[in-house]
Amino acid sequence: MAATVTPEAVEKTIIEALPQFGVEESDISRDATFEDLDVDSLDLAELSQIIEDEYGVQLKGDDVGRIKTVGDAIDMVVTRAG
Amino acid sequence: MRREVVVTGIGAVTPLGVGARTLHERWRAGVSGIENGEGVASEFEPTDHLSVKEVRRADRFTQFAMVAGDEAVAEAGWDGELPYDPARIDVVIGTGIGGIGTLERGKEILMEQGARKVPPLSIPLMMSNAAPAALSMRYKLLGNSFGIVSACSAGAHGIGEAARKIAYGDADAVVTGGSEASLTPLARAAFAALDALSPSGVSRPFDARRDGFVMGEGAAILILEDAEKAAERGARVLAKVRGFGATSDAYHLTAPDKEGAGAAAAIRKALEDSGTEPQDIVYVNAHGTSTPLNDRAETKAIKAVLGEDTEIPVSSTKSAIGHLLGAAGAVEAVATILALRDRIAPPTLGYEEPEEGMDLDYVPGQARQLRVNGKPAIGLSNSFGFGGHNVVLCLEAT
Repeated sequence: MAATVTPEAVEKTIIEALPQFGVEESDISRDATFEDLDVDSLDLAELSQIIEDEYGVQLKGDDVGRIKTVGDAIDMVVTRAG
Repeated sequence: MRREVVVTGIGAVTPLGVGARTLHERWRAGVSGIENGEGVASEFEPTDHLSVKEVRRADRFTQFAMVAGDEAVAEAGWDGELPYDPARIDVVIGTGIGGIGTLERGKEILMEQGARKVPPLSIPLMMSNAAPAALSMRYKLLGNSFGIVSACSAGAHGIGEAARKIAYGDADAVVTGGSEASLTPLARAAFAALDALSPSGVSRPFDARRDGFVMGEGAAILILEDAEKAAERGARVLAKVRGFGATSDAYHLTAPDKEGAGAAAAIRKALEDSGTEPQDIVYVNAHGTSTPLNDRAETKAIKAVLGEDTEIPVSSTKSAIGHLLGAAGAVEAVATILALRDRIAPPTLGYEEPEEGMDLDYVPGQARQLRVNGKPAIGLSNSFGFGGHNVVLCLEAT
């Protein structure tokens, strides 16, 4: 049963997931780019899996390429779910 | 003109602790790293040495290699700046079964939760070339990098092939060694099913009561350099890689040739390659697995080459740490170098009861001074692997 998709819920999921990839919590914001956070394509593949688990939303290869910031990721998940 | 090859840095993670000197000091003091029938690298805490991201991006076998690599690189004086063109520095690392722990976890998730839950990092973590890949990235080395796979001779194979690259001018330096982290449910069960493991959980190589090997884990990394270039930059030299001999038994998938013919041929090749004679050897670090077959065949091989009545001390590091499989040859090369440097034969722990026909000096009880008599301290390190791979390194302490 997928969780209800709200921007707040998705933001919380992503913010809670990022530290396991070695990101400092204090560096995370909507505007932070994944490049600056040192989150690369392998991390995004794992993050996509976490999002799919939680919300049933699949992010495919091309999608991941378009995501630059934490906010982009949140918006894309919310849009897809809607 | 073949170039001389020297060792300028060593590092190790073993069941006796983190650090090459820790391994040497504890083994020579008679300390065993085996507990409850296994040699676990229990003092190794990944996050003491590596970042969260580095730990997440590496199977345990690669983590061992990175930590041993950092120690070796620092000792060689490479941690500030690389001393040579990075395109002329290679990486060659052996492993027996690579990231088998990652493989097992991925398979569990696949079976229990389905294909969509399999971690995307499964393949890059489990691949047997993950350790050399990680080290080339870590130290920004641009030369030839790859893994060597030859079961329990992989670590020695790595060093031997690495030395060749420098000797023949393909590289000026090589980061080499071996790594293994296979204390996993599948590997344990499979080795046990083969009847290879010691049911008593005791590693006592060459003893009449030996009943199989004890599994261990860890890594050793060595920095090899062209001797002339190392001298030019004023590097401290720990040892010379004098010779490398490798042969195949072409006999059996797991059992050694009963007469040790392939092993003896590898010892002969290593001597020939190093330009030394049997009487030049002052110490042999045996493969000495504590299996009934290996220790008997290896004894025959040593006697066939070094003489039926040879008095050269022969001891097995596996008596203190168990069998580190694809890391064993590299860890034991490090142990051999430090033993030769200190002019010490560390003991074969647990050796008490001789077996008929096995009458080498296995260094029972405690470490003993090596008799060098003013000659160079030259020793052999033997490694033999499932599949009939035999590798012998001839090393000289400087």
